[in-house]
Amino acid sequence: MNHMQLVSKLTAVLGSNQRVLHKENELYAYECDGYVAQRGRPRAVVFPETTEEVAAIVQLLHREKVPFLPRGAGTGLSGGATALNNEVVISLVRMNQLLHVDYDNMRAVVQPGFINLQLTKQIAKENAYYAPDPSSQSACTIGGNLAENAGGSHCLKYGVTTNHIVAAKVVLPTGEIAELGATYGDALGYDLLGLLIGSEGTLGIATEITVRILRKPQAVKTIMAWFDRVDEASDTVSQVIGAGIIPAAMEMMDQLAMQAVDKSNYHVGYPADIEAALLIEVDGLVEAVAAETDQIVDICKQHQVRAVRVAETDAQRALWWSSRKMAFGAMGRISPNYLVQDGVIPRTKLTEVLARIREISVSSGLRIANVFHAGDGNLHPLICYDASIPFETEKAMMVGSDILKVCVDVGGSITGEHGVGIEKINDMHYLFTEAELKAQIAVRAVFNPEDLCNSGKLIPKPGRCAEVKRASTMISQHLETYIKTSHGSNSHSM
Amino acid sequence: MDQGLSLHSDPISKDLYSVCVHCGFCLEVCPTYQQLGNENESPRGRVYLMKAAAEGTLPFDESVIDPVFNCLDCRACETVCPSGVQVGTLIEEARGQALSHIKQSGLEKFLHDLFLRKIFPSPGRLQRIRKLLRFYQVSHVQQVVRRSGALRLLPTHLREMEAVLPSVSRASARSVLPKESEQTKGVTKGRIALFTGCVMDVFFSEIHMATVRVALRNHLHVSVPKDQICCGALQIHAGDREQARMMAKHNIDVFLQSGADYIVLNAAGCGAAMKEYKELFHDDPVYRERAELFSSKVRDIAEILLEVGYEKPKSRLERTVTYHDACHLAHAQNIRSAPRELLRAIDGLTLIEMNDADRCCGSAGIYNITHPEMAAQLRERKLADLPHNVEVVAMGNPGCMLQIKAGLYAQGLTMDVVHTVELLDEAYRLEREVQ
Repeated sequence: MNHMQLVSKLTAVLGSNQRVLHKENELYAYECDGYVAQRGRPRAVVFPETTEEVAAIVQLLHREKVPFLPRGAGTGLSGGATALNNEVVISLVRMNQLLHVDYDNMRAVVQPGFINLQLTKQIAKENAYYAPDPSSQSACTIGGNLAENAGGSHCLKYGVTTNHIVAAKVVLPTGEIAELGATYGDALGYDLLGLLIGSEGTLGIATEITVRILRKPQAVKTIMAWFDRVDEASDTVSQVIGAGIIPAAMEMMDQLAMQAVDKSNYHVGYPADIEAALLIEVDGLVEAVAAETDQIVDICKQHQVRAVRVAETDAQRALWWSSRKMAFGAMGRISPNYLVQDGVIPRTKLTEVLARIREISVSSGLRIANVFHAGDGNLHPLICYDASIPFETEKAMMVGSDILKVCVDVGGSITGEHGVGIEKINDMHYLFTEAELKAQIAVRAVFNPEDLCNSGKLIPKPGRCAEVKRASTMISQHLETYIKTSHGSNSHSM
Repeated sequence: MDQGLSLHSDPISKDLYSVCVHCGFCLEVCPTYQQLGNENESPRGRVYLMKAAAEGTLPFDESVIDPVFNCLDCRACETVCPSGVQVGTLIEEARGQALSHIKQSGLEKFLHDLFLRKIFPSPGRLQRIRKLLRFYQVSHVQQVVRRSGALRLLPTHLREMEAVLPSVSRASARSVLPKESEQTKGVTKGRIALFTGCVMDVFFSEIHMATVRVALRNHLHVSVPKDQICCGALQIHAGDREQARMMAKHNIDVFLQSGADYIVLNAAGCGAAMKEYKELFHDDPVYRERAELFSSKVRDIAEILLEVGYEKPKSRLERTVTYHDACHLAHAQNIRSAPRELLRAIDGLTLIEMNDADRCCGSAGIYNITHPEMAAQLRERKLADLPHNVEVVAMGNPGCMLQIKAGLYAQGLTMDVVHTVELLDEAYRLEREVQ
């Protein structure tokens, strides 16, 4: 089927040409999501508004063997919504309604395009909130959170997205509609909802999502602590957890990250010479929160803290949080491009791994800032690079991969919350055996038999291994030449 | 013209677009993206397109030009952007490029030249139009026209605007107000020069009178430079940077000569443009410095009152009021708390916050005329956000006032729409009755 035939069929399904983008130049803005190092132009973008429309579109594409992928706000950081195979992008942003809230049973039903933070805002009047809070929560969608099994600062105590989604209506890659999970209690049979969450849009498209909502805690205290040395901050993190306290959140920023965000609208005023800032939040019953706050302040003091403060006003607390949550976006203040990595390590290895990342930074000549969920051992090294310098993008990607290998070597993983996408697909080989990957491929084939739904993401294809290896060898050869020739003249050293 | 955006002098700035890291935080505050869900109509999308066009990888056709002109230039994206991308400046620069080589239709070009090049920049022509309009309103012509049904020929949005146009006063504030305030005794807070604007002084000269009374009441010396002209904001927004520069130069010279400590105004759009003259002259060796000096003196009326200190009115004004943040006050100038503080200083006045007070009302310069459909959608959202139990909606920009008035009229609602300074003026005037 040629392009215009496909477009007219898609338009017929949606009933309006306003809901299909298909001219080459209007697809340009859809070349990438929050991950910009690799790009691909989709064949078309469609904007369905109901489950039935999504199903009808998927049926059409399945029948015609046209590849497709779902997209939310496009804030993903591993390229999960990037069209590598000239896909039709099924944009879910117009499915943005809060369908139902059951305050007695603490459940809410949303469409996939509903914005994460909006849920908390809209149920705040009933003293309720939605716990998973990715940094991009003011813009990212709950459908996207489901696809990536997104995390966020408060996952330390409350768990990631999969702990908060109880049921979903899903359009399978064949176009059938299925209801997975159970609004109350556990679903019978295989945990298909568990399989769907975090499948990065490869097993189906959620069109109605039932989430657990929580009552706001009685009290919240937020602590900011500044450390001369990263090690002292890391040890503080370990000791807080060791003392039996589970903070709602425990976040760390290093010097470069603080410098970047302090240049933005979210200026806190970090001293220029401190190596690390910790943002710690405790919540719960008033007395417990007060006692834990005192205990945490004491632990900070035992670790040569430069200064430690407890937020006095909501405005101050909000500023501290904005400073942390906007840190990725603020990288534009210090670097034309950046790549955010998402490695997980055992918490006790924090000091060691941060030192290894510093070494990688020095040897590659690329600056690396660190902003991360210290309490979970979920690192976000932000690799600064300049895409206009030949091969620097590839170099940044290799640096990212090297860091992930360090994480795996100490017993961790290659992603905590951002997904594998296209960014880390080759690193999957480092983490899993061929047998393990085969099992994953087999599962995918059950749901996505034609491999039309977000192909080329998450699980590497066995047939492509040789190709991928050849390409990466080629890139590293280029890089070696590049590093040798530019040695000594690199302006990006630490 | 198919190649990059740098064909014309004053190309869009690489330094500005390369700052965007594509994080997407801007999406959910962008009014056009909220309505359409289309990345092309989002800040990050527009920056991506402008960049591609500037680099020559995307032809400079309607796929770039339409999104650039569909932008309200409300700057809400700048408020949230962690990287500090100056989307407003980029949009204005791109419009400048676009205007230099797109073919406008005959009518578009005629209207553009008529309003942006002939009428607004010329105080004399504006005065003649003001007189015509006043004649239209005070003679029976308006009634005859309204009764004749001729207005039905106008599109709905213009008809609604016609219905709510304020009465044109007998004379413009600029011509009526003395060049210098006579009051010198008790002047302790400094000297201000009042900027009267173009359209503002035709339809809202009462707000200028209120501004002057409030300034005098707060021990400011007021001058009204007679040679001043329109600030050029509408021209900048439309992409006519050449015309805007001519006008800005004139104002810079006139106001710097006045010797005032501050250049004070009460229209958010003009304030933002005048604070940003620096960008307009970023490549001008002579005027860049003068523009910087000029911009450093520009203050909104609410801002200056807070800065130099104001006296709390000694009267009571029993009203329930909600406040709408004009984009060019809140986002472009970061003035949010000052107007609210002034309102709270009035005893008896209850301020009730509306939802998303800083979302654009759709007025956006002449956007409501050039893009009536999107403007109407945003107007409806704004009206839906107004609390039901308020009597008055206050704001700091005449464009928003007309837009919201027209919306209330269309829905048959009877809230008052006022400039913040008018409420303060009323409270000061009531003081005499208290005494």
